[in-house]
Amino acid sequence: MWALVVLCALGTALIRGVGPAATGDRALPAPVVRVVVLLSAALLAALVVTTALADGDRLAVGADTAGVAVAGLLLWRRAPVLLAVLAAVVVTAGLRAAGVP
Amino acid sequence: MAGSTGADRGWREGVRDGTPYAAATFVLAVSFGVVAVDLGVPAVAAVVMSAVVYSGSAQFAAVGIAAAGGGLAAAVGAAALVSSRFLPMGFALGPSLHGSRLRRAVEGQATVDSAWAMAARGDGRFDRRYLFGHSGTQYGAWVLGTAVGVFVPGLDSRALGLDAVFPVFFLAILVAEVRDRLRFGVALAGAAIALALVPVSPPGLPVLAATAAALAGLRAGR
Repeated sequence: MWALVVLCALGTALIRGVGPAATGDRALPAPVVRVVVLLSAALLAALVVTTALADGDRLAVGADTAGVAVAGLLLWRRAPVLLAVLAAVVVTAGLRAAGVP
Repeated sequence: MAGSTGADRGWREGVRDGTPYAAATFVLAVSFGVVAVDLGVPAVAAVVMSAVVYSGSAQFAAVGIAAAGGGLAAAVGAAALVSSRFLPMGFALGPSLHGSRLRRAVEGQATVDSAWAMAARGDGRFDRRYLFGHSGTQYGAWVLGTAVGVFVPGLDSRALGLDAVFPVFFLAILVAEVRDRLRFGVALAGAAIALALVPVSPPGLPVLAATAAALAGLRAGR
């Protein structure tokens, strides 16, 4: 277990550090900047769907999907982050208590 | 918010804007602690892991695969794949950091999704101190929450609905981020790519592949 902890720490540190070490002070070329500006939208959307609609390597819809959907609606209506998180937890826990997987 | 054109935002603003995300991170960390202990990770190892890895997605992946009997190499590989999105993020962030290459690499350790996305000014540059304030606030919440998750007995993350926190956390950043049709399109395309790859690729790869949507958006935006 400790080998796993140490190797994961080294891996993520390397992944986080290599970009800043390589670029130095040089400004990125204009097309790269335009990709950077769009990068977070693509990454975040992918993280949302893979965590809400998938379970490992298979697609899975469950109580948590409904909770995330409710939170999404609240966020769209400009609700605070914490309120949306709490709503997702309450909806998910409520559905699970009612027998939804 | 990204896109501001005024003076650099400092660490105070980072702490202020990071606090609601830190609260969500805390709940997420509790669920990581609970899941890790359920899967047989020693309590202290789980807390240390949060302190030195500081990546929810990588930690969930590593612990999950190790517990499923995937072996050390598979678990570390999955964690690296899941956090591989930090690689392009680091290249983007690099020019906004200060000092020698080593110092930049150290400063780059502050990279986490919400801090990185919100530190972006919208012109390809990042507010450095803002990133540190935002990320530091979340770091405390992440380690503390993990400790609560592993040491408070009787928590059941599924029954408590804690597995819904992770996607909502990213959804909140996404909703704040997507303010025009181009970014909305890129988000939809990224989601579609990731979902299509989930059944056929190891964990982490779908998210990394979704960055192709940003390249496609570059063409569409012309």
